[in-house]
Amino acid sequence: MFFMVAEGLVRPAVSCITCQGDAYMTQIPLVEMRGITKRFPGVVANDNVNIEAYAGEIYALLGENGAGKSTLMNILTGLYRPDEGEIYIRGEKRVFSSPKDAIDAGIGMVHQHFKLVYPFTVAENVILGQPTSTFLDMEKVEQAIEEISQKYGLWVEPKAKIWQLGVGEQQRVEIIKMLYRGANILILDEPTAVLTPQEVRDLFATLRQMADQGCAVIFITHKLHEVMAFADKITVLRGGKSVASLKKEDTTQEELARLMVGREFSRKRIPRKPAGDETILKIENLHALNDKGRKALDGVNLELKKGEIVGIAGVAGNGQRELAEVITGLRPATEGKVWLDGRDITNRPPRQIIDAGISHVPEDRLGMGLIPNLNSIDNVALKCYRSQEVGKLLLDTACLKERAAKMVADFNVKQASLYMPVKMMSGGNLQKLLLAREISNNPRVIVAVYPVRGLDIGATEAVHELLMQEREKGTGVLMVSEDLEEIFKVADRVAVMYGGKFMGVLPVEEAEVEQIGLMMAGSPGVGGVAS
Amino acid sequence: MNNKILFLEKRGAAPAYLSFLIALLSVVFALLFGAVFLILTGHNPVDVYSLMFGGAFGSAYGLSETATKAIPLMLAGLGGSIAFKMLLWNIGAEGQLYMGAFAASYVALFHPELPIYIMLPAMFLAAVVAGGVWALVSAVPRAYLGVNETITSLLLNYVAILWVDYLVYGPWKDPKGFNFPLTAPFVEAAQLPYIGSTRIHYGLVIGLVGAVLLYFVLNRSRWGYEIRVIGESQKAAQYGGMNIRRNILLVMFLSGAFAGIAGVSEVAGITHRLQHGLSPGYGYTAIIIAWLGKLHPAAVVIVSFLFGGLLVGGYTIQTAGLPAATVSMLQGAVLFFLLGGELLNRYRIRLGFRKGGN
Repeated sequence: MFFMVAEGLVRPAVSCITCQGDAYMTQIPLVEMRGITKRFPGVVANDNVNIEAYAGEIYALLGENGAGKSTLMNILTGLYRPDEGEIYIRGEKRVFSSPKDAIDAGIGMVHQHFKLVYPFTVAENVILGQPTSTFLDMEKVEQAIEEISQKYGLWVEPKAKIWQLGVGEQQRVEIIKMLYRGANILILDEPTAVLTPQEVRDLFATLRQMADQGCAVIFITHKLHEVMAFADKITVLRGGKSVASLKKEDTTQEELARLMVGREFSRKRIPRKPAGDETILKIENLHALNDKGRKALDGVNLELKKGEIVGIAGVAGNGQRELAEVITGLRPATEGKVWLDGRDITNRPPRQIIDAGISHVPEDRLGMGLIPNLNSIDNVALKCYRSQEVGKLLLDTACLKERAAKMVADFNVKQASLYMPVKMMSGGNLQKLLLAREISNNPRVIVAVYPVRGLDIGATEAVHELLMQEREKGTGVLMVSEDLEEIFKVADRVAVMYGGKFMGVLPVEEAEVEQIGLMMAGSPGVGGVAS
Repeated sequence: MNNKILFLEKRGAAPAYLSFLIALLSVVFALLFGAVFLILTGHNPVDVYSLMFGGAFGSAYGLSETATKAIPLMLAGLGGSIAFKMLLWNIGAEGQLYMGAFAASYVALFHPELPIYIMLPAMFLAAVVAGGVWALVSAVPRAYLGVNETITSLLLNYVAILWVDYLVYGPWKDPKGFNFPLTAPFVEAAQLPYIGSTRIHYGLVIGLVGAVLLYFVLNRSRWGYEIRVIGESQKAAQYGGMNIRRNILLVMFLSGAFAGIAGVSEVAGITHRLQHGLSPGYGYTAIIIAWLGKLHPAAVVIVSFLFGGLLVGGYTIQTAGLPAATVSMLQGAVLFFLLGGELLNRYRIRLGFRKGGN
């Protein structure tokens, strides 16, 4: 398709124009994925997914974490092979056995984490991995880069070193790299995650320009307002399936929110006695920053009662993780207060918060919650190794072993041996061991972040049962979840998070799915302000 | 494209015997590698190796020399292991050793009136503090500013060595020393006694006791548990409420203290004075020893004796007209093959078809 350049060095940056000729005019999709299915052990990541993108269009792939967006794009870029389904480029069936095949077919991907060599210049990064002649003619490369820059408004200095550039500029280098390789199907994975609002506008202006020149642009996102602002067509993925493909004009932010979270599910609730009246955990006007130093929490208010489960719903990345980390002392609050039993625990060190009775089931189970290379005994010790019962200066290994063995037996954790590194265990068993440990010190409050993500049905049931048992004991539970069905089943109240605050907190019995969908999309709830 | 190829496959848990086997094989391969050079320089490797072995382990004199050389290696190696266990790259053992020797020499030279039961403990205490503080010079910026301790600890070695050189060439030079770069000899109270009738000084006992203590600290104590968790996952350690900053400081201090003890045991046990070139790179060899011993105190002790033997063997083969530097080459080769062999701990090599797609 692309002629291999004899002098090897400069691949023409004109490929985007070439595609105008046939595909753009004749309305054959530039890229089409038909009936794509990809299974991994235990999960179907993509289940009969269809997408088609035309030249001249900006196409959004919308879905929550784990909806199968990345798998789908990894298939398109040749990293994975689909178990079923076909890929057509310009109406022609293609099989990609390696990323190189996909690049040759004109597909370029800009990953969320850039693949750039920091000490190298822009030009050196652009030709990295490209066939070149023996002697590099950097001037020619720089010239070609400048041509691309001008054409698409992607301004970068070809001689600059990557480490000297800001994040937005680095992203431009990634895009130029793809265009230089002759890509006319550009895929961007969460391209705005690292950008400022101004940079986001600039990026999409560039992408629009590229689409106008005949490229197809696909971007992966879970931000609804971006989709509405910048996309022409949208495919919503949920649970590995494509649930809808829509034109932007025909849809609304609210509809997209509903589609993302899904609407058909049972509203079966686990029967329970009413929650207590006594407030255990009080969160007042809490503010915090994310890892990049941007505002992640913007005034969160909540009162968690004794024996109550509050489910925190919302699209991932709206501050859920940061909220859990601030409560557990792993992230400083910039403003506001957290009270446990009337005692101010804001910005106390994690050790004091653990001792005060807050347990944490983190999102990152293996790595933060559990230590992969250590065995079950050492992992069980993580939260109790300071207590007097397991020894003073020296740890009482027999006592620790007994504890671990009891947890494994009581919580039905399946493992070959207590002395095996925990990384060898399955996800469900890891989570059971983690919960067992977090429950064992009789916490006042449990903060559980995506507690059943990636677990099979049996393990999910077991985790929910454990949380309910804790509730019966009077423990307060904050459960972050991306699954409304789970929240309806387990929680007493639901708090919907958007843009770092709660759009509303309301009893689950009174909540309507549409209403929650609206709040997830950023409309303030009618169900009342956070209590 | 369906050629048969060699490829690597991730292993689950490596069996325990494997790391031992890899350590053993890396020594064997290093010897084979060295043999190539010996043949190229016109020597019979079998003769050279048996000469080395005989020199180091073949006589009572050789054995006692080997044990004497093993002492500083063992102490600095133990210090290295504890830092490496927490993924702190303290490669400043050489400098910490020199600073320990310097501080101990100060006590010995400027307070000669002290009785032996105060003199020796005071010298060791001074060495512990000096070695530990020298390590803290790189630990503090690491803990508070994230400065890479590998580079700072390495560069501080040269500072420490030159500081000792300044003293022995300058203010501390023995006026009766015929202008050699060394201090006056220590008084008798500042000399470590020998064990029984051997020529091995009591530093050996200190090293062995240190190894036992370190084993208990690392594997049985609450603090050792923190060190292991931090080494495995900082995120988990923070989540578990551990103070990482404080542990960086404590562990680096302890690591430097061990190297400092290696320094005092050299001046008090062997040279009986501070001198130029006190250590022929014990602090660097200790890094190899720590890794070859898989950071396990008992294994570090055993490997120290082997490397002590290698050094003594190196002196022996100088009689065969070979430079003692041959030994440095062998040491480097051991580390090289050991690191290469680490790959086998995590992956197994397979011959066959790689499954396409994923």
